[in-house]
Amino acid sequence: MTTPISTSPAAGLPVPETPRQAGTRRATRGAALRRERRTGLTMAAPALVLLLLFLILPVLLAFGLSFTNARLISPNPPRFVGLDNFLRAFTSDPVFLRSTINTFVFAAVVVPVQAGLGLLLAVLVNQKIRGVTAFRVIYFIPVVTSIVVVSILWRFMYQPDGLVNNFIDTITFGALQGTAWLNNPDTALGAIIVLSIWQAVGFHMLIWLSGLQTIPEELYEAARMDGASVWQQFVNVTWPGLRSTMVFVLVTITIAALGLFVQIDVMTQGGPVNSTTTLVYHAVRKGYREQETGYGATISLIFFVLVLLVALVQRYLTRDKD
Amino acid sequence: MNRRSLATIVSASTASALVLTGCGQAGQGDQGGGDGPVRLTMWTHSAGNPAELEVYEQIIADFNESQDDYEVVTEAFPQGAYNDAIVAAAAANDLPCLLDMDGPIVPNWAWAGYIQPLELPTEITDALLPTAVGSYQDEIYSAGYWDAALSIFARESVLQENGIRIPTADDPWTIDEFDSALATLKDAGYDTPLDIGAEDTGEWWPYAYSPMLQSAGGDLINRDTMLSAEGVLNGPEAVEFFTWFQDAFAKGWTSSGGTVGNEEFNNDEVALSYTGVWNALDSLEAAGDDLLILPPPDFGNGPKIGGASWQWGISSTCNSPDGARAYLEFSFQDEYITAFSDKQVVIPATEGAVEASEYFGPDGDLQPFVELSQQFAVPRPETPAYPVISSTFEKAAKDIMNGADVQQALDNAVAEIDANIESNDGYGF
Repeated sequence: MTTPISTSPAAGLPVPETPRQAGTRRATRGAALRRERRTGLTMAAPALVLLLLFLILPVLLAFGLSFTNARLISPNPPRFVGLDNFLRAFTSDPVFLRSTINTFVFAAVVVPVQAGLGLLLAVLVNQKIRGVTAFRVIYFIPVVTSIVVVSILWRFMYQPDGLVNNFIDTITFGALQGTAWLNNPDTALGAIIVLSIWQAVGFHMLIWLSGLQTIPEELYEAARMDGASVWQQFVNVTWPGLRSTMVFVLVTITIAALGLFVQIDVMTQGGPVNSTTTLVYHAVRKGYREQETGYGATISLIFFVLVLLVALVQRYLTRDKD
Repeated sequence: MNRRSLATIVSASTASALVLTGCGQAGQGDQGGGDGPVRLTMWTHSAGNPAELEVYEQIIADFNESQDDYEVVTEAFPQGAYNDAIVAAAAANDLPCLLDMDGPIVPNWAWAGYIQPLELPTEITDALLPTAVGSYQDEIYSAGYWDAALSIFARESVLQENGIRIPTADDPWTIDEFDSALATLKDAGYDTPLDIGAEDTGEWWPYAYSPMLQSAGGDLINRDTMLSAEGVLNGPEAVEFFTWFQDAFAKGWTSSGGTVGNEEFNNDEVALSYTGVWNALDSLEAAGDDLLILPPPDFGNGPKIGGASWQWGISSTCNSPDGARAYLEFSFQDEYITAFSDKQVVIPATEGAVEASEYFGPDGDLQPFVELSQQFAVPRPETPAYPVISSTFEKAAKDIMNGADVQQALDNAVAEIDANIESNDGYGF
């Protein structure tokens, strides 16, 4: 419908030749549609206003700020500096490049492992046995625990004399000694990957589980009657039935993984020797803690473009081929 | 649903937005409101520190009672959220009249126009410890009731058993003596003999370790020009100090594990602890007469410790700076300064308050801190670039602790600091 709402009913009145009855009907229908449209807009308005204020506007602002030298605290007004910030990021900020690499390494490991582990747990807790709810709850507990609390606890566990090293020491009868996981540039990112997977895997288990439960039991029955083994059932019934769930899980994990921040901020502050710094952490450090709003906006913009690219690629790979 | 309801919703949300703005404005609280006293709003960072807050409440009650022109109203924030609250309030043009701030941030906030020159009578500011006064471009912007100080805690018995000389302020440990003391203590069975506090984060790093760098002959920035860190933060003296710093961790003399605070020393798990006056009472309880409060080692240019703690200033948007000054003048009485220092165990900023203090007076157990503060305190560089210097220094020092190449890490830090200063047109220098 392309009729502008502002047009008065009179202007839209049909020409005199048209039968009167039809004209009235059409006018009534038009008015009803207009009313509906307006109602729809009214109902969407609060969400639209909030999205505009807190999403669209900041994105546009960040876009504009990234070409200036705006500062969080400064008596001097921001100045247009062209592409200086982008040049700085790619040519003279080794921490930025390192952050990009770390972010993608983190995502490359976390996405498949967390999705796979989540699926495994979902299949396990989808059995019809007694006490399965208890397992679901146990796997879900880390998700409802604040990530800050989780990070602090794991920091203690990763200390040289912490739980992890004591555990390694005990089960290998002292043959192996752990390191100071978070202070060793070789292990810090790995340590954070493990903790992150553990923390959020329960959430994705739940999504997979809801997907599993939408698959009709008859399909399994039919497969069993055809003599399919458990593995064949999984490959030919479960997996195809989980397709849309899989797309959703992959997209949510990817977005969460690329936005890694809290664990870094609480546990390592990007160290040791930049081995755990990430794009979001670097943007916050530069843009807020070091008050270079303009440069922080540049990093955010680059991050935005990278995430967009990843999302598009993902969308292309998981498209419906039919 | 029709156009009227849309209008209703729009006007309702506009109204609520206005109400919210109104609340925000009310926080400003400077409106005198007719004939009543002028309200002076005051923010402190001490929400988590009941001892400190108690003294403020006492001063405010006394001040409000002593005259009818002004009424001070206080609001306390937790320290972790305090600076963010100030920056947000400044952006919203909603700063309180009186605010406290950590010493090194003063030049930044003065440069940004958050605070105005203090203009207290000179007999008040001259009587304070030099490090309890904050200035920028030769103008005083803040003043504090106390300062903190760092020292090395030790047990006399432990040093004597191991044949280690007990240093004094006039004759501190040289760095060689300090090294051999650490080696001896390590051999004597202390797993990591020195608790240097590396598990802490944030401002602690430049506060604790940049004085060591200064003692070695380096610095955070060239203080003559305040325009570059080249040659001072990455010169040979700095490299020498940071190599020592890296070695101290590599050799196991100290570690970055453990807990923030002085637990390890109090439990005799470490022999020496580089820590602040605020931990002294607990250690006094744990070690009793055995506790020694020693100057930090001399890396070549004499021992140095960081100066400047929390101080008070007046915001540039305060509607009654005279009232704010009247309050501050009233508050700088020895009686209150003594109360602050004895309740939170910090060094009083005036001679008179030192005399009257239970812990810091001539016979007080913590008297050595006064001497350390007077003789060795160095303020952090008084430049608006300090927040960047601080963050960069922490990052570089942590990387070095974790094994990064010393010269490379320092060169990177210098490049980062210099780039920042340049992009800010020299911060007014």
